[in-house]
Amino acid sequence: MVCTVYVHRMASLDQNKEPKDKELTSKQQIDLKNKRLVKKLLWMVLGSLLFAFALVPLYDVLCTLTGLNGKTSNTAAVLSKAKVDNTRWVNVQFITSVMPGLGWNFYPKQSVVRVHPGQIETVIFVAKNTTNEVVVGRAVPSITPGIAAANLKKIECFCFVNQSLKAGEEKEMPLRFFVSPELPKDVSDMTLSYSFFPAVKEGD
Amino acid sequence: MSTTTVADHEEHHAQPSGIMRWLTTTNHKDIGTMYLTFSLIMFFVGGLMVLGIRAELFKPGLQLMNPDFYNQLIGVHALIMIFAALMPAATGFANWMIPLQIGAPDMALPRLNNWGFWLLPPSAILLTLPFTLALFGIGDGAIATGWTFYPPLSVQGGIGVDFAIFAVHLLGISSVMGSINIIVTLFNMRAPGMTLMKMPMFAWGWLITAFLLVATIPVLAGAVTMLLTDRHFGTHFFDAAGGGDPIMFQHLFWFFGHPEVYILLLPVWGFIPQILETFSRKPMYGYKAQVYSLWAIGALAVVVWAHHFFTAGMPVPALLYFMYSTMAISLPLAVLFFCWIKTMWKGSMSFETPMLFAVGWIILFGIGGLTGLVLADVAADAQYHNSYFVVAHFHYTLFAGGIMGIMAGTYYWLPKMTGHMYNEKLGKLHFWLTAISFNLTFIPQFFVGLAGMPRRIPDYALQFAEFNMISSIAAFILGFSQLLFAYNIIMCAKGGKKATDQVWEGAKGLEWTLPSPPPYHSFTEQPTVK
Repeated sequence: MVCTVYVHRMASLDQNKEPKDKELTSKQQIDLKNKRLVKKLLWMVLGSLLFAFALVPLYDVLCTLTGLNGKTSNTAAVLSKAKVDNTRWVNVQFITSVMPGLGWNFYPKQSVVRVHPGQIETVIFVAKNTTNEVVVGRAVPSITPGIAAANLKKIECFCFVNQSLKAGEEKEMPLRFFVSPELPKDVSDMTLSYSFFPAVKEGD
Repeated sequence: MSTTTVADHEEHHAQPSGIMRWLTTTNHKDIGTMYLTFSLIMFFVGGLMVLGIRAELFKPGLQLMNPDFYNQLIGVHALIMIFAALMPAATGFANWMIPLQIGAPDMALPRLNNWGFWLLPPSAILLTLPFTLALFGIGDGAIATGWTFYPPLSVQGGIGVDFAIFAVHLLGISSVMGSINIIVTLFNMRAPGMTLMKMPMFAWGWLITAFLLVATIPVLAGAVTMLLTDRHFGTHFFDAAGGGDPIMFQHLFWFFGHPEVYILLLPVWGFIPQILETFSRKPMYGYKAQVYSLWAIGALAVVVWAHHFFTAGMPVPALLYFMYSTMAISLPLAVLFFCWIKTMWKGSMSFETPMLFAVGWIILFGIGGLTGLVLADVAADAQYHNSYFVVAHFHYTLFAGGIMGIMAGTYYWLPKMTGHMYNEKLGKLHFWLTAISFNLTFIPQFFVGLAGMPRRIPDYALQFAEFNMISSIAAFILGFSQLLFAYNIIMCAKGGKKATDQVWEGAKGLEWTLPSPPPYHSFTEQPTVK
């Protein structure tokens, strides 16, 4: 049977650890070549697997750097020293949604503001816990168009930390931001969307 | 390399018989047969599921099943057809034919080969078991997310998702092992004189497929592993609340998923030209152009993935890049189409069943390719995304381009494998029934898709009723005509007119120099290629 022959072959290979090429039959030579190629291919497989996991941080870095996918920085921006560009107007719209599992109402007091680039603006968002227990939520922002995502600078935002609401509590939460004057020329409207998720438990 | 062959070493030892023969075999033909048989069985299992889907869609409203069960059928149908029917069929042909075509005594890694096959039945069971478990009140059925596993749905789903994740792990290990085996065989086991550029086209198609599998299957394995840890171990790879991103899963999935399309098709693009040259009785046109085109498609396949989710939100430069790179694939494909047609041009053609399938395949696969160009257009895709237009498009590529191609290959090589001729009349009847009912099934789906009918929904608006009824009736004809295929194969395996060594008048290549069926150890003397 092929199988047993194969086993014999392996055994004979093990016995003479460093066989000279002359002593090898052609069959053994092929086996050696096969083994080497298999090893290389297994490295390729491992490489692809690691690549998949490496894509996770790579994707995050790429998205934050380029604003692909509308990701914005989750830390407070330094207060603007840039001059207000009075020649330009930008409409900033706000969209809110509450994800399943979070019993809240959540909406902005103004759905759109008209600002000059560089001008600091404050918008109040209202969240109300409609359940009978303490609920912790987390707002995840996203900006459209993605190309402008890096130009919306948040000085103060309720999305930087988890928000906790007692049963029936209503809270007004400010967002202070400005639009960087470096905003690409062809962008005149941007939409900031907040999705409130049930917060992930610490250490979870 | 000397001309002494392995066959010299391996005299016919006593073989176990019965089930042990199949469990322990390391013979490439036995393993090839098992792959092909498994594939045929799973083709019917997946087909049965889609008949359930078409029965539900026969009329608007919910008749036969609840939406959740419908979703399960959709997802498992796709997973089975892709991973358990189409891929094993291609691997089965590779096992059977590659050693014969390149003059090798067997595959390079015979025991790995056996293991690769025997991982398949357990994974098929993992995929379908949740249906049965649900009958006994365990869990809520199979995976209901569609074959794409998109989170957050797949993170919220029941145990069916876990079963599917492990099934994908096993299937992935199996096909990576199969690919390694094929690459090693093709690099190290070719007969003396057979340079890479003298390899049969089927070997080329498979070589590129194998490299694509090695490069992309681990990415899928990684992505579904992340899903698994998100589901059970508190990670947040795809959970926005925990800093993850569900869109990232789509990138990971389609980084595998798009090359997968070519993984399914490249082996077919390999043997269809061989069928065309056989029945046109002239050499294949543009061998080198075809090989380079196959490579070009293989390379482009890994850089176009995001066209599957244009509507998920991407900056315009990214949209443009993915649109143009996707459309660029049509250039090497056009070269292939030209070569296929030119191979037939002024040939002395005859239309046995394999040739009928091959010629029909060119036309139908062409429709699949052209409708793909429509979907690659970002502006048009915004309208057609997730509509039945997409369903019709990928069935033209995967049913016509994939499965009908496999059928062409089956009829082409069946006499070689069994030693008997199949029933030609039944074969032709099978072709015409398949081709006509296939078109009747999917052309209406183009129409309802253009009119806005969304995919993956068990109910639909009344204005789509007539087209869906046509589509359902045709789908049942299509499904039942496949029984002819199975009957023809079984009867051919049992007996029939003796096949000659060459089988087809115009057949060229090493596999046709061996007797039909080839002896257990193919080449007693290693062939040399000039």
